[in-house]
This record gives sequence, C-alpha cells and structure tokens, in this order.
Amino acid sequence: MFIINCPYCGDRDQTEFSCHGEAHIPRPTNTATMTDEEWGDYVFFRSNPKGYHRERWLHDHGCRRWFNALRHTVTDEFVATYKVQDPRPQIPGDGDQS
Amino acid sequence: MAGPSCRQSRYIDDFMKAYSLFSLARNAMSYHRNWQRAWRSPDPKSKYDVVIIGGGGHGLATAYYLATQCGINNVAVIEKGWLGGGNTGRNTTIVRSNYLLDASAGMYEHAMKLWEGLSQELNYNVMFSQRGLLHLAHSVHDMQEIGRRGNAIHLNGIDSEFLTPEQVKEMLPIINLNCRYPVMGGLLQKRGGTARHDAVAWGYARGADAAGVDIIQNCEVRGVRVESNTVVGVETSRGFIGAGKVGSVAAGHSSVIAEMAGFKMPLECYPLQALVSEPIKPIIDCVVMSNGIHVYVSQSDKGELVVGSGSDAYNSYSQRGSFDLIEHTVGPLCELFPLFSRLRMLRQWAGIVDVTVDRSPILSKTPVKNLYFNCGWGTGGFKATPGSGHAFAHSIAAGEMNEIAAPFSIDRFNSGALIDEGAAAAVAH
Amino acid sequence: MSQSQRLSQGGMIDRSKPISFAFDGRQYTGYQGDTLASALLANGVRLMGRSFKYHRPRGAIAAGSEEPNALVQLETGAYTEPNTRATCIELYDGLVAKSQNRWPSLEFDIGAVNSLVARFLPAGFYYKTFMWPASMWMTYEKFIRKAAGLGVSPVEDDPDVYHGTYAHCDVLVIGGGPAGISAATAAAGSGARVMLLDEGSEYGGALLGTSDNAAAKSYIDSALGALGQSENVRLLSRTTATGYYDYNYITALEKVTDHLGPGNGGDAPRQRFWKIRAKQVVIAAGSIERPLIFADNDRPGMMLANAVGVYINRYGVLPGNDVVVFTNNDSAYQVALDASAAGATVTVVDTRRNVSADLKSKLEQNNIRLFEGHAISSVQGGKGVESVRIMELSADGESLQGQAWEIVCTCVATSGGWTPSCHMFSQSGGKLKYEESIAGFIPDSSRAKNSCPNVSAGSCNGVFTTQECIAQGVEAGISAAGAAGRSGSVPSVDTFAVNEIPQGAIAPLWLVPTVHPVGEGKAKHFHDFQNDVTAADIHLAAREGFVSVEHLKRYTTTGMATDQGKTSNLNALAIMANIQGVSIPEVGTTTFRPPYTPLTLGAVGGQESRELFIQERKTPMHEHHVASGAVFEDVGDWKRPWYLPKEGEDMHAAVQRETLAVRESVGMLDASTLGKIDIQGKDAVKLLEMVYTNNWQKLAIGSCRYGLMLNEHGMIFDDGVTTRLGENHYHMTTTTGGAARVMNWLEEWLQTEWPEWEVYCTSVTEQWAVLAINGPKARDLLRDLTDIDVSKDAFPFMTMREGTVADVPARVYRISFTGELSYEINVPARYGKHLIEALTEAGKKYDLVPYGTETMHVLRAEKGFIIVGQDTDGTVTPHDMDMDWIVSKTKEEYLGNRAQARVDTRREKRPQLIGLLTEDPTVVLPEGAHIVAEVLDKPPMPTIGHVTSSYMSPNAGRSIALALLQDGINRKGETVSLSMMDGTVHKAKVTDTVFVDKEGVRVRG
Repeated sequence: MFIINCPYCGDRDQTEFSCHGEAHIPRPTNTATMTDEEWGDYVFFRSNPKGYHRERWLHDHGCRRWFNALRHTVTDEFVATYKVQDPRPQIPGDGDQS
Repeated sequence: MAGPSCRQSRYIDDFMKAYSLFSLARNAMSYHRNWQRAWRSPDPKSKYDVVIIGGGGHGLATAYYLATQCGINNVAVIEKGWLGGGNTGRNTTIVRSNYLLDASAGMYEHAMKLWEGLSQELNYNVMFSQRGLLHLAHSVHDMQEIGRRGNAIHLNGIDSEFLTPEQVKEMLPIINLNCRYPVMGGLLQKRGGTARHDAVAWGYARGADAAGVDIIQNCEVRGVRVESNTVVGVETSRGFIGAGKVGSVAAGHSSVIAEMAGFKMPLECYPLQALVSEPIKPIIDCVVMSNGIHVYVSQSDKGELVVGSGSDAYNSYSQRGSFDLIEHTVGPLCELFPLFSRLRMLRQWAGIVDVTVDRSPILSKTPVKNLYFNCGWGTGGFKATPGSGHAFAHSIAAGEMNEIAAPFSIDRFNSGALIDEGAAAAVAH
Repeated sequence: MSQSQRLSQGGMIDRSKPISFAFDGRQYTGYQGDTLASALLANGVRLMGRSFKYHRPRGAIAAGSEEPNALVQLETGAYTEPNTRATCIELYDGLVAKSQNRWPSLEFDIGAVNSLVARFLPAGFYYKTFMWPASMWMTYEKFIRKAAGLGVSPVEDDPDVYHGTYAHCDVLVIGGGPAGISAATAAAGSGARVMLLDEGSEYGGALLGTSDNAAAKSYIDSALGALGQSENVRLLSRTTATGYYDYNYITALEKVTDHLGPGNGGDAPRQRFWKIRAKQVVIAAGSIERPLIFADNDRPGMMLANAVGVYINRYGVLPGNDVVVFTNNDSAYQVALDASAAGATVTVVDTRRNVSADLKSKLEQNNIRLFEGHAISSVQGGKGVESVRIMELSADGESLQGQAWEIVCTCVATSGGWTPSCHMFSQSGGKLKYEESIAGFIPDSSRAKNSCPNVSAGSCNGVFTTQECIAQGVEAGISAAGAAGRSGSVPSVDTFAVNEIPQGAIAPLWLVPTVHPVGEGKAKHFHDFQNDVTAADIHLAAREGFVSVEHLKRYTTTGMATDQGKTSNLNALAIMANIQGVSIPEVGTTTFRPPYTPLTLGAVGGQESRELFIQERKTPMHEHHVASGAVFEDVGDWKRPWYLPKEGEDMHAAVQRETLAVRESVGMLDASTLGKIDIQGKDAVKLLEMVYTNNWQKLAIGSCRYGLMLNEHGMIFDDGVTTRLGENHYHMTTTTGGAARVMNWLEEWLQTEWPEWEVYCTSVTEQWAVLAINGPKARDLLRDLTDIDVSKDAFPFMTMREGTVADVPARVYRISFTGELSYEINVPARYGKHLIEALTEAGKKYDLVPYGTETMHVLRAEKGFIIVGQDTDGTVTPHDMDMDWIVSKTKEEYLGNRAQARVDTRREKRPQLIGLLTEDPTVVLPEGAHIVAEVLDKPPMPTIGHVTSSYMSPNAGRSIALALLQDGINRKGETVSLSMMDGTVHKAKVTDTVFVDKEGVRVRG
C-alpha cells in the first residue's frame, strides 16, 4: 500500500490512484504511413523492465490529474513523481537523462 | 539423438521404482529408507539439444513431452530458484476448458484431456479433482455472456450446461442467491475442477528426469547468446550452456529474457494475489467463479478455502501486491457466502503474472532463430500446463508452432488477430 | 476434581469472580482472567484436541498465539467459530467449546487408526498412491476431504458486525512487553503521536509470566498509566498487528467484544480492523520458545517451558505435580524454580554438560534434581504423559548411551531456545540474518526496505533480559520519534528488573538423538504438531530431493498449519541443514506471509458486504418507478426499471404491451442513467474529431449527431449522441455502463497527449434527470407541457431546444433510440420526480405508457440499432457493424484509425452484423445461440456466428434477431442453421437489420 506523492496534491494513499502503464509513449502523428509492425509496437509492446519504470498514474479519487512516476518494479518504491510536461527525473545511479 | 527404443527402456527401468500402494507398503517395511530422489541434481553439460528456461509447470511439461514424445532427450531445464516456485506454486489451482473462442478452446481442452490421464501417465498423483466448476451470472449481460459461451463450448464438443438459480442453490446450499447482484443463472463445466499445483511440477520433473532430462535448479540465466541472429546457448550463474534450441518458459521474467535476446515482448507484469482460509471440514464442493461479484473460490482437499484475488494494476516484480485488493476480495466473498464471515484468513501471497493485451498466451517463434517463447499466460496458466507443455514441445521439435499453438503467435499483435476472451466475454481468467 | 491444579494463591486471575464454562459437554469452573486453556489445565484437563493427520491426542503446549494443538470449536450455531486457540480465548461466563477433528469423541477417536498405520503415511504419501483405478480418485478424495479440515464452518449467517477504521501516527509500537512499553514511553515523551498495540488482554508481554509478577504489574501499571494520560498516545490491547505492507501500512485486528461472549457486546462491534499508516514503526514483537524434538514429544502434558511458567505465575495453575524440565539453555531453569516453588517435584534434564555453578546451586537449594548431558529417550502415556525415560548423550551429542532412567511426570517443560519474532520485519520487506550466539534469525537492520522505516527492539531483536529489552526499547522509541520529526526533550524512562534467567549460552540440539533411527521405531519426533510433521518426514524429503526450504515446506506441509510454523520452522530448517551438512542460513528461510495470526474474514471485508457492498445508484425518478410497480434490472451499479407489469402480467406480456404502446401512442423511459459529459473550450471540437470516427467540424449550434468511439485496437467501445450547445460548448452522451470509462478516456488523452488544448470535460450524468418520450403522440404530449415550439419545422429531428417543460427549465433533444418520434427531456436532477409525475398526469389523455429497459431493447432491435456491449463485444469494428457510413474518409487522424487498416482488421469474412428471421416466426432464438457451418449429428460443429439480440417483436408480428455472422453482409438472403444445446436445429434467413419502418419515416414525423 503505497503513499504516492501527487504533484498537485501531495502525499496520498494508493487507494486514491490508478496506474495506467508505461509513460512517454507518444501517439504517432504519421499513422497513415506506419507499417502494421510499427503500429503494433506502439499499441502493444512495452519495456516492462525489472527495475526502474516510468509510468502514468491518475489521481482518480482526488484531483483527477494524470501525472508520471519513476518507480522501481522490484522494490515497488517511488523515486519521483512529476507532471506530464515536466522534465524526466534521473534514474538513480544513471547519468543518462533518458 | 536417442531413438525411441532407448527411451522406452529407460522408462521401463523407471517403472520398477514406480509409485503405488504396493511400493508404499514395501518401502514402509524398510522405513522409507530406500526411496530414490524424485529427480537427479546433475551438473549442467556444456551443450544440450534443447534448453528450457524456467522450471515451472509449463517448462517441466515441455521438457517431459520433448523427451517422451518427441525423441529429444538431450534436454536441460534451467531454473533460477526451486522447481515450481513461480506461479505454479502460487495459483489457485483451478482447471477448466470452458472458453469461448476456438483457439482458446483448442488449447485448454487439449490440456483438459491430458489432465484426465495425468496422474497415471506421470505415475504421480496430481490430485486432479473434476468436482465441477460453476460460473455465476448476476445480470442480464452476464446471462447473455454465459449464453453465448455455453453454446460455443457445447459446439466445440466440450461439456457445458446452464443452471437455474434453484439448481445453483442445490449445488451450493450456502450461497446467498439474493446478493447485491442476485444470481440469475450459472454455467457449469462438470469436468472442471482443481489439481494439486506443486504435484504437477514435481510429477513432470520426476517424469522428465526419468526420461533423461537434466533439471538444474538454482541456476539463473544471465544472458542469451545469439550469433548470426541464431540462439546458441545461455549464459548462466553456472557458466555458459550451449543449446541447439532454447525455449523460454519464464512467465513473469519473460520480458527480462527477451531483453537479453534483444527484443521486446507485448507483456506487462503485475502482482496477482490470493489467499487461503484456515482449514475446515468440507463446506463447498465445486469451484465457484463469479465475475459479477468477483469471487473465485474452491476448497482444497486439506480444507482451506482457496480464494483468488485480483491483480494490481501496476507493473511489478515484487510478489507483494497491495492490501486493498485483499479487502476487495474478502468483501465480495462474504457477500456471496455470508457465513464465511466468521472464518479466518490464514495466509495471503502474490505471484508475478505476465499479461498480454488480449489476455491470451504467446507460444511463438521470435525474431531470433531457434529461440521460442511460451509466456503471457497471465492469471490463467495453471490449467493449461499439460496442453501448453505438450504443444510447445511438439512445436519446438518441429521448428514450427503446431496447430494448437499457432493462433498464439506473437504476430497477432501486428496483424490484429487477437484472441481476446476478455473483450469478447468480459471473463476473468 | 474442581480446579485440582489451581494453586492456592498467586496469579493475576480474579478469584472473586468464578466463571462457569463447558468443554465437550462437561461443566467446569475457572476465574476471571483465565484463558480457556488455563482454566482447563486448572481443572486437570490436559487433552484438548486431536492432530490433523494422525489424530494424535494433544494438549496445549503454549500459553499464547503460537499454540498449534489446542484448537477448539468455540460456541455453537450462528456464533460458532472453528480452530480457535484455547490459549487465546479469554474465559467468559457460559462459554461453550468443543474439541475438533475427532469422532465420536476426543477420548475415543476412530481417526486415530491413522496413527496405527502411520508407517504407510509418510510425508507426501498421497502423491504416490490413490491413482488406481483412475476413476476411483473422486471417491478417495471424498474420504480424504472428510478426514481433513479441522473445525466446522458455521452454516448460518454471521450475526456480528465488524468495523474497519484508519489511523495515522508518528510511531507505531507493535508489542506491549517491556521493550514496547519503553519504546512507546520514550517516543511519546519526545512528542510523537504514538500507537501501542498488544495482542494480549494485558500489557506486559513476558513480564506477565514472571514469578514476581506483583512487582511487574506495578511497573506495567505505572508505565501504562502515564501513557494512558498522554494525549498523543493511543493504546490498543487485544489488538494483533497482522500485516506489514509497503510504506509502513500496518493492519491490525482488535478483538473488541470477543471476551464478553456472543451477543454480549452491546452496540460495539465484535472486532475492529485497523489500517494504520505510521511514519516510523518500532517492532517489539517478542520471541517464541522452540520445543526440543524427541521421541513422542507431542503427548499432552508436553509444554514449552515458558508456558509452564506463565500458567503458574499468571494463572495460578500448576500444569503438573511432577515436572520434568528438558532444556538446552538456561532460560528454563527459572521455570524449574517457579514450578518447584509452586509445589511441584521437579527434575531438570539438560542436554549440556557445562551448566553453571550458579544454576546448579539454585537447583540444589530447591531440591531439584539435575541430569546434565542427558536427554529424553522416550515418553510413556498416550492421552497424557505419565513418565519419561532419559539417557545420557554421547560426548559428540550424536547418540544416546547407557541405561535409561524412568522419571514419573505429568508435565514436561521443554526449551530448545528462543526464536525472535521477525514476522513483521520480514513482511516489511526486510532481510534476516542468522545469529549464531542465539541460534536464530534476527532482523538485519541494514537490509530494511527504505519505504518501510522501522526498528526492532527487545527479544525480537535477539536480546533476552528485561533490562536489555527496556534499554533497546527506549533507544528505538527515541530514534523513531526523531526520524518522524519529533525530537523533543526525552524523559527518563524507568527501567525494571525481574527474577529471570536469560537463555544464555545455547547449545543447539535440533533433534535429540534417538534409540532407533528416526522413522524406524514406533516413536515419532514432531516438529510441526498440528500438521503432524516429524523429523522422519524431513529425512524422507531430503532423501527424495525436496531440499530447498520451499520444497521441504510444501512436500511435508511443515509450517503450513494454522500456527504457520511459529514453533516449528526453525527446527525444521535446522534438521534439514544437519541432514544436508550445510549451515542453517544456507537452507534459507521461508517467507513470512501475512497475517501474523489468522484474521477474521468478516473483519477484513465485513464492511463491504450486505447493504454496504456496492452502493445502489438510483435515478431521481426511482421512487416513482417503485410506486408504479417496476421490476428493476441491475445495469452497472444502477437500478433501472426493467419492465412495469400490470396486474397478472408476466414479463413477456408486459414487454409486448409496452412495445406496442410506444409505436401506437406514446411511451416514456427513464433515461437518466445515460452518461453525460459537458465539454467546453475553444479546442472542444478538436477533441470530438479525435475521439469519434465521423466529422464534427460542421455541426451547427443546437444540432445533435451520433458518434462511435473506437479504441486504439480499432474496436467499437462506446457510442452516443453529442449536441453542440454553443460556439465551444458540447453535451456528450455515453452508454450507461461506459460513462466513467469514456470520461477517463477523454481526460487521459487531453492530459497526457494534448495538454496544450483548451478543453474542459465535466461529468454531468447525475446533474440531469432524463425522460425519453417516444411514439406518434409524443409531440402532442410535449406540446401540452412546454413553451418550446415543437412544430415539425421549428424543432426538427436531431436538434435540441431549451425552454421549460412542466414549468421547470429543460433541454429537450429530439433524438431517438426507438425509431419513433421522440424527445429526450432533460431537467435538472432535482426536478426529475416532478417531471415524471407531470408527464404521467398529462399523458393520461394520450395513453402514455411507462416502459423499461427490456422494451427499449426490443424497440431498438426492431430498428437495428446496436447496443454497444451486446451486439458488439470489443472485437468489432464499424465495418463489422455495417456502419461504414459513420467512418470519415477524409479525416487524417482519429483514435482507432490506423488499427482498422491492419491485416486482420481489414480481412474479408469477419463476423458482421445481420438480421435473422427464423423460419418459424414464433421461435425466439436464445441470445448466444450459434450459427453452424454445417449441422452434424453431434458436436464438435464448426460455428460461423452467434445471436447477439433476440426478441419477440409485436410490431413486426414475429420473432426477430440480430447476429454476428462471418461474411454476413454478403450472405443476406441465405438460410443458415442454428444448433441448440439440446440438439434442436433452427433455420433462419439472413436479412438486413431493420425490421420495422425500413424507410425511417416515423422518426421524422
């Protein structure tokens, strides 16, 4: 049972939130020219890492805002939460800002 | 590669050590000193014809059928922990084949038929109990769903019958028909039921071992070696193990194995939770599944109520899950069976389920030659264990997915030919 | 033999309050302050239960929640409760308990025959047999199931109520022994908001079992008194911390009124379930003594040494007049002294040869015999120990030697050392480390989980003297308070010392050597009492290769009983380690899974059942429907009128009447449940363009348009009518069940993909009450009640007008789901009841008929209008629905566009929506019936489609159906066969989907 720091509301109980999968997968703007493989990759294929994961959360029973989180999928611990338009926080121990 | 006659003789040898009432009595006379190891604990060889990654039920079944039916004995099963320690040992042991779609029916009924002779085939009592599995309908929409599915199952040649609320009450005298969403009917599969989950892993392990398969526990795969886009072996915590073919049956860790091999899978991992009550004398004789109220319960032979919970909706490899799901499992349970309220929860746990978008599994070739994946069983893999292993073994042996496995190819996520039981019927697996 | 074992004085029971109770039909007397177990022991009752597998006679071995044996069926009827630990049941007047898992009686149990054939029932025997003939398994299983289980479930509904509650604190202290009390005192003194939980009825933990309990009690009372006066402290006794979850979320079960007896709790709940979020946790959960494992160590009268001490000192009960203390460490010597002081004849058998001079002299002063380097070799007595034989241990401790001495005794107090209770720490995600000096696992604080800040103190952390526990408690309390941001001045915390002998140097002896090799004599060496798992079973598991700790556990079932291995797990690990020749930590530990002790289901979920399960949603017109005699249907969480039968009508008759009436005069339907979303902002139309398949740019203000929504798989997931209310203002409707889903869908895209767009979505489903009037007389009816010009030209089809209806403000949409002239009258929700009453009154002269959802379904099916979720199923494209007309050919982008072009989605011969007319017009096909490619004698038969909607249509004068059929659009005119479950075959003609008013004249009337 996590405590999640909503970037708009602050620390709240997990039961107020829902998770909506991997973040930073923009919808392609050239859908007409995409192959089935490219489209399938966008819709279905996920990194599903055993480690740090950037993901989307919704503060359902709160401000109803979507935001992003950086969380570790083994410890389930949050490193950071951030607004959709904010820069991505760094992965601990990783110099690369990807 | 060993020929069939060779297999045969090994197998006969093994039958001398077979389990039976007589061998039990004979061994009792010698104080059980002479039981053999259920399976050996060999050091890995430098190379195998086939390496199976993952010593759960599906992986062990794959190895068993490779060795006993496909003439491929030079097989290793590599398990990073202990056999059956993943979802095989963590599920709620439900077995059924009452699926809507033809592809699913093909797979799960194939499994069901194997279940029906499995204890005898393996000479290991997997306690497959065809006590009946009852789906409850709580709304007009549910009735339409079971109406469609019941007919589809029937026409696929699988047993299926509709029950009225009165017949449901007769099967389950303790049910509260008039719950928040009153029970309007039921769909019964009499051949459905439960099995002893650990025994399935152990039975297949023992059988595979007897047929020459090396089962290597405490051996973690750390890399997949690919040369010229062809798999040549796996790097493990016990060194490199060469392989002609590799079958990954790693369930919750399939994405990790895929990453080692350089591709992504259409999978996400979630915690799936379950709980058992303290043991009590028999009170519920069939498996009950209610998608309307969200109750999935049966009673183990030991007497515990085995209760399936839900999966948390966030990616996780932690095998923990959040407590609110347990609350939202117990509440409905007490709504449908109010007298359970005074019973007690003994233990809760979680597994990692690898889930595809259509909630159907993947049995498939991959972008890497000779590397095959069997994964994505999500919340419903246990029931498929024999069928999955059987189909995957024959497919690996042939180098092509067989008729039962073919619809579950990874290509469906590009073509759009999903096998979406959930969308089609709103059925939780 | 009334309370024959009750000491004449001492103990913390209230001798002025005798309590009568019944066990297995016999009446006994105990005292206020007793547990059921202590009261039974006081009455000389040692035999309290039977074991799971062999039905061996068993008595209580413990005095607390770790008890594996003394499980009883507490109370009867609706209040009955199986598997309740007698050691945790506080005695109350009139208590009724029965023993379990025996037939016909506890004394004479047929099931004990299992014990005679035990040789044939080693661990996992069932995997090796019961396989032939295959058909017999279900019969075998029936017997196995009956033999298994322990107590019986109630068969009546639970009459009790439970509460769930949340709490937050700075420092949660788990365990109210000396460490916990001190931690709470120190933390509270630092200014922290503190909660202190203890599972017992009294605080004090191990202190309650000490011989100088009067002094202990005054120490406890003074500490608790101070804590109780502190405003920032909450004390919860009878409260067990059951689970420790991420981010310091701790669950706890408070037994609020159990100790009063059934039905005596007044208004208070039976139990309360706490969900606590703590900034910091101090774990002071204590430790649990391990039994020594020797031949027939399960006979009633065998007890953990500390339990004997607790029964003597806390309850004033001497469990046996002749006591053998059997130990491998010092702590049991205090019990020997206490038993001696209580009047027992005591013999100490110590497996060690280096007992300290100090201890020896203490024994001598009390005339207690001591056998050093000895062990119990056998036990006499079936339903209760009568004597033990002891033999000398060889120098290497591997075997027994010499002559056996027989010692008469009725109680054996054994101690194999103390196991710190690491359950909570382990559940929090922390890792354990093995501590040789205490022969046990303790928390490795360096490997705690960051999100679960906690500190362990006291004997759960491996220190065993009261003073050390208090010191650790104080330190933990201060540091936890500090970490929670409370570091005020710390008061001095009292310390306290008692007569106690700590464990000291322990000489582990995990399995007492045996005369016969384990498993080969008649004796059994139990480590898991309840599940009847013996050392021989561990040997067998090792022999067969079940050596990993989880395999050991699962193969032998050790640690899986209702006590979850509290007294057995470490012993089992150690025996396996010895067999394997590896260290204990190399074997590993099993995971400590919640709950710590079994948790009442009603307490966890009780609040979510009955009327509080899922709230029923009712429309503002609900009362009117009830008064009209409506039968309701559950649609999502809503209650909707399904049909409104007149006297003597069944559902079919009512629906036929309603359906005809709508097309003949006028009918009304409560449509308030439809999802409604108010959309505003300058980019609103951009949103509509993206989420719907058709074009929205040119929709005029005041006009309505139907839209389909696709997901990114290209499949239909919702539909509805959206109306342009103003320049940048739209009113969207959704399906009833899809309202929340669509709202989230819009928001998700807006917030994550197009955050720069200026669009505001507001759910207004519950702000509007909606009544749909349908039928040729709808206009006349509306005209009587409105100031809106309802003439055909002024208010055409697919437009909206604002005005008043029945004198209240209204938006009226001229849209139709029936194909009739139709108006959907929306009024603010508070006028809903008024609206339907006004319509009902005004409608009399037009033969207005109220109708329900079933009639709505027939009417729309007559027109071939689809219901998303019934005629579509999440695998259906607009093309499959024969709805290409609604898919824009000109828009570049909209959600779901690309997916429709995939290989499979554009493949020919996908299932497509068609109409079906049965050859026999009276046959109404069952929904879900399948169309087969060819009719065979019996299944399997290949199928090519299925019926999605099917009704008797009074307006078409026959049955009608909609179906999804492979290549259906090209098959119109063909005849297909449908095979029923009972083997009947129906033939039907494939048609288009419109069965009434094919030209669509009526809707524009």
